[in-house]
Order: sequence, then structure tokens, then C-alpha cells
Amino acid sequence: MSETHSHDDDWPYPHPQQPDIEDGPLTDFMIMTDAVAELLIDKEIFSADDMRRTLEAIDSKSPAEGARMVAHAWLDPDFKARMLEDVNAAAEEISIDAGTIPILAVENTKDIHNVIVCTLCSCYPKYLLGLPPDWYKSRAYRSRLVREPRAVLKEFGTEIPDDVEVRVHDSTAELRYMILPMRPKGTEDMDEEALGGLVTRDCMIGVTVIDRD
Amino acid sequence: MSARFTVGDRVRVRQAYPPGHVRTPYYVRGKEGVVSRMIAEHPNPEERAYGRDGLPPVPVYRILFRQNDLWQDYQGPKGDTTELDIQEHWLGPLEEEGG
Amino acid sequence: MRRHHDMGGLDAGPVDPAEHDYTPWEKRVDAISRLLAGKERRLLTSDEHRRAMEDLGPGAYDELSYYERWISGITNILIEKGVISVEELGGKMEVVKARWQEAQE
Repeated sequence: MSETHSHDDDWPYPHPQQPDIEDGPLTDFMIMTDAVAELLIDKEIFSADDMRRTLEAIDSKSPAEGARMVAHAWLDPDFKARMLEDVNAAAEEISIDAGTIPILAVENTKDIHNVIVCTLCSCYPKYLLGLPPDWYKSRAYRSRLVREPRAVLKEFGTEIPDDVEVRVHDSTAELRYMILPMRPKGTEDMDEEALGGLVTRDCMIGVTVIDRD
Repeated sequence: MSARFTVGDRVRVRQAYPPGHVRTPYYVRGKEGVVSRMIAEHPNPEERAYGRDGLPPVPVYRILFRQNDLWQDYQGPKGDTTELDIQEHWLGPLEEEGG
Repeated sequence: MRRHHDMGGLDAGPVDPAEHDYTPWEKRVDAISRLLAGKERRLLTSDEHRRAMEDLGPGAYDELSYYERWISGITNILIEKGVISVEELGGKMEVVKARWQEAQE
């Protein structure tokens, strides 16, 4: 087992001196990342504390807040209308920080099923839903979803009836997108927390549905 | 926003293929769609990509395309669509074509 | 002329549903980009970052992972803007590498 350096206590950088076990073998890009971070800290462009806080913020985001917004919208039609108008402002009403990049929610209905992609890079509402899954950023998803959405949805186990429009949203500009899924039947007696538990990340991307009935 | 197009206008995406940081995807170039929503004006990312401020801001429109208009061999139902946010200078009105 | 990153509509195989947990260094890359882009500093816009990644060229998609492309783009922009120099980056990379290798002994 290796020993830590003697100047451990005043080590100004936020990361451990040894590579994290989860990082895998050391690569030039890992070295470059730490070198860039350290230079920027040396130059006081940001501090080690800033770095720590930002990492905590990244870790704090998951689909749960998006799920809570959806559940709240299902229970409160006025909130839903405001959410469809401006997700970021509506989020603030219920103490959720969705960040400053504008997010547009598109609503699934009995006539339209929506699904999101960024064909040009990997834009995703990460300040609300957390970091995206690998497949969302993959070549296969980015290439095929706009061209054969129903085939891609089928790979996720989702089949949309032919009389329902499938609408693909490609995030090409400033807006990020999320799906407001349809509330499933048989949930009339559920409270907000229980409803939120039904809402998955994948149904807020649009590759799955909870149910369409 | 002072804008050239409004919701409901039929538009065609310019058929141009410049290099640089372009946010109008290849698959919609030259294709016909309809303005479905007005998005705010925004500083131009094509300019901001090179460290410039991208001003004056460019109006952005949400354009709805029928899949059958985008892909010759589209396999799904004719109601299927794709929707994207496109900058004004990438759009032209259909009536300019006299058809 | 279609640029390599502009891939909507191209043929591709099945979508691989496997997911990996983001590793610490990947999150550090993300954190660096957020701090640089923040309104306090405005040293990197998302537009510049995307353009830098697009300019890595088509091989980057085959050879580099997602966050490897990210850190490459960030670093190139910082060098381009003179925020860091190639010389000091090279020096710091040597120091970082030596430290990590020493820690493993």
C-alpha cells in the first residue's frame, strides 16, 4: 500500500494524490485533466473549494427532481401549465434549482409521443436530471433516433401505436428538452411522493412510457 | 422580437453546406417545414464559437418537419415528425419559390 | 459536405443500453468546464467548447472517449486564449504523472 506525501495536510488540490480506484489505469487524459485543474487553481482562476463545491453539485443532481416536478404537475393543472411555459421558473416554485439554461417540457398526450435527442453533440437537461446515460450520447442513438425513432424505441421495449404521432425533438439551440409523461391510470389515490416514484429518467427522455392507456 | 416569420409559416431550410460551427443539422438542409413556436432571440453560436459575442442576437424558431419530408424511405406512419430549433438566417419562406 | 459530428440520419447499429457510473476524473472534467463557463469567469462558452471538440476531427470519435474529447476541447481553447501555455501545461503534466507514479510504488 503506497504512502501519502508528507505535505498531505496543506495539499491545495481537491483530488487524491493517487489515482482513484474507480478511474482505472492512468491515461494521458487523466494527467492532462489534473494538470489543467492545478494550473487554473495556481492562477487563481478558481479555487480548490470551487472545484469541491462543483463536484458536490454534480453529484447532487439525479432524475429525482424532474420526477418530483412531473408528479407535482400531475396533481396541479395550474402548475403544469406554468411548467409547460417555463420549466426553470416552475422549478423554483417548488424549491428546485434547474439552472439557468432554459428547459422546455413537452407533454405526451394520447395523440403525441415525444422523445429527445441531440444529434450534433449531447445536449441534455443535466442541471435538472443529472448527467445523461451513455447511450444518449452514443453514435447509434444520435444517428438513428431522428431517422427511425420507432425502431429505436422498440429496442427500449417501447411500442407506440400507429395512430399516435411520434415526435422527435433535436436540441440544436439553447433550449434543453424534457418529456412530461402521461399520468398512468389507476394512480388516482397516490400522493406526490408515490407518483414521483413512478417517473423514471427514461420516460423523461421519452424512450419509455409508464403506460399509455 | 422583430422576426421575419411567425407561427404557421411554411419555410424551407437553406441548402448550404458551409464549414464552421453550424447548429442546423445536415439532415434538414433544403427541407420544408412549418414554424411551430417562436423561441427567443439569441446571440449567434456560429460566431460565439470563435470567441466573438455573436451580436446582434438572431431570432430562433421551432420548426416542425414531417418525417416523410425528411427521409425518402421513412418507415413509420405519415403523422410522425421531428422538431428542431433553427436560426432565422437558415430559413427562407416557401412563397419565394413561386410554388 | 457533412461534418463528422453532424450524424443525424446516418446508419448505425443497435443502441447499446449499458451504462457506466461516471468516474471521478470524468466528473472533474465536467466540473472544470462548468467553472470556466460560469458567469464569474466566462473563459469558455459552450459554443467554443463544442467547436473545439468538432475540430478535433473525425478520428476523435473513434479514438477518444466522451470525456477525453471534452478535456481535449477545453485544453485547446485555454491554450488558444492564452490562459495556459503549452510549456507550462507540459511541465505540469510531467509533475502530475511523476506524483501519481510515485504514489503507486
